[in-house]
Amino acid sequence: MNIVVCLKQTFDTEAKIVIDGSGNIDSTGVDQIINPYDEFAIEEALQLKEKFGGEVTVVSMGPEKAEAAIRTALAMGCDKGVLITDPGLENPDEWVTAEVLSKAIAQIPYDIILVGRIAVDFGASQVGVRLADLLDIPSVSSILKLEIDGDKATVTREIDGGTELIELSLPAVLTAQKGLNTPRYPSMMGIMKAKKKEVKVLNLADLGLNASDLQPKMTVQKFSLPTPRTAGKKIEGEPAEVAAELAKLLREEAKVI
Amino acid sequence: MAKGIWVIIEQSKSEIRKVSLEVLSQTRIIANETGEPLSAVILGKGIAELADKVAAYGADKVYLVDDEKLENYTTGAYTSVLNKLIRQEEPQAVLMGNTAVGKDLAPRLAQRLGVGLASDCTGMEIDQENFLKFKRPIYGGKAFADVTSNVRPILATIRPNIFPVAAPDESRKAEVVNETATIDPADLRAIVKDIVMATSERPELIEAEIIISGGRGMKGPENYKILEECADVIGAAVGASRAAVDAGWIEEKFQVGQTGKTVSPTLYIACGISGAIQHLAGMGSSKVIVAINKDPEANIFNLADYGIVGDLFEIVPLLTEEFKKLKSE
Repeated sequence: MNIVVCLKQTFDTEAKIVIDGSGNIDSTGVDQIINPYDEFAIEEALQLKEKFGGEVTVVSMGPEKAEAAIRTALAMGCDKGVLITDPGLENPDEWVTAEVLSKAIAQIPYDIILVGRIAVDFGASQVGVRLADLLDIPSVSSILKLEIDGDKATVTREIDGGTELIELSLPAVLTAQKGLNTPRYPSMMGIMKAKKKEVKVLNLADLGLNASDLQPKMTVQKFSLPTPRTAGKKIEGEPAEVAAELAKLLREEAKVI
Repeated sequence: MAKGIWVIIEQSKSEIRKVSLEVLSQTRIIANETGEPLSAVILGKGIAELADKVAAYGADKVYLVDDEKLENYTTGAYTSVLNKLIRQEEPQAVLMGNTAVGKDLAPRLAQRLGVGLASDCTGMEIDQENFLKFKRPIYGGKAFADVTSNVRPILATIRPNIFPVAAPDESRKAEVVNETATIDPADLRAIVKDIVMATSERPELIEAEIIISGGRGMKGPENYKILEECADVIGAAVGASRAAVDAGWIEEKFQVGQTGKTVSPTLYIACGISGAIQHLAGMGSSKVIVAINKDPEANIFNLADYGIVGDLFEIVPLLTEEFKKLKSE
């Protein structure tokens, strides 16, 4: 079974967001990690490989430094990496990312494509599903469980207030939700091995693309930070008093109960 | 020439999702400013009776696509039907709720149409050219991006609980257009075999008006009972922090934060939650925040409207009793 995992390098979730002098998100000094939802995709791919054999290829689009995230995935046990990096891809939208990934993935044999259901940076939750449409294959978003039988998959998908059981034909794109599995940590041995694994670095020309055909559909006009909240009232006293006072304030002052 | 704004209405068993009415109500305000027609689109089985309802909430025109193959949402069939309808009618914007369905349908549809999509928006307004632009949280709510597109139509999903539902006007009537679905076998490569709804009577986390959430301070899974008892008195949903989920005390689906659900309730009661930055990202847009925590230095107190330093195991049950008194008044 050949599995492709799409991965994005993102800011650490504990990172504070700063806007620089030119109005852009400042990445100076921010720790970069594998998007946490992509880790669930990697883990699921590795479990499938352990069960059915085959190869796991990690594909990422991003700056050169994103190779570090690919190396971590290789250390976890993935076999090969592909990094697409190009000066023409500085501010891609989800449409651009999906177009580029689809071209790269079309060159790799695959039975299943796993991606995180959302990237914790831009939080669009689009690329996996867009990718499936470009490759003309089915997709299921936000999966919690995956079982494979030949060229059929049965997945449990999270919906609002419950779950759906979905049967689909492979190949397919599945987007991983938290709860699918518990991602492993790279072992020492894995880290050593990862250094020797192949990471192919491609630019747009290598994929037969050029930047002028990849003008984003979406324009970001402005980044801003939320108005900081400030500490409000401290309610002090005996437990019974504070509970009564809080209930009263919620009803009479905040009018929310 | 692209014209009109569309709202895709999500329904289940002829019940319209609240977020669909929120989007419809807000879009009505915008359509009044731009003078454009506002259409609602409903896909499903046995949905004819919903036309009057969406008219009352502001739709000028209602497209109904009634087909048994559309009874349950499937990516393929819904995308195919809407793609055809949008290409035929050329609206300039297509909006829907950022629900499990919206999050799956909107990107598929945007790609099929070759257009942009503004996901999970918390603001929308019109610019000088009468074109929609959107505000959307990024980095889990730690920042915002104002986005637009010069490609028509623009698609957007709107976060639940942001816009109010307007009072319905039963005297409003809409033009009703029945469309037939043409569903290709290739659209049915993924089939819903079963739907299991949680048995809980509590509201869905992302749509709840009130959330009572527990973190590391809950100390164990058995203690969520005290939050549930409180929740049931005030009609709240129960949430959790990543620490509690990672400890295995409560299911992942209850997690609020950058790696869980992002919520905007009217009231968020944080119990035993320290206020890690990734948690605050997921609930910082709540209208009123209450924090109950033993640690007076807990970061959550820096943004709580009402803070109580104390033992949640003492205070929450007492609070539940106080809420009972209020509710019985």
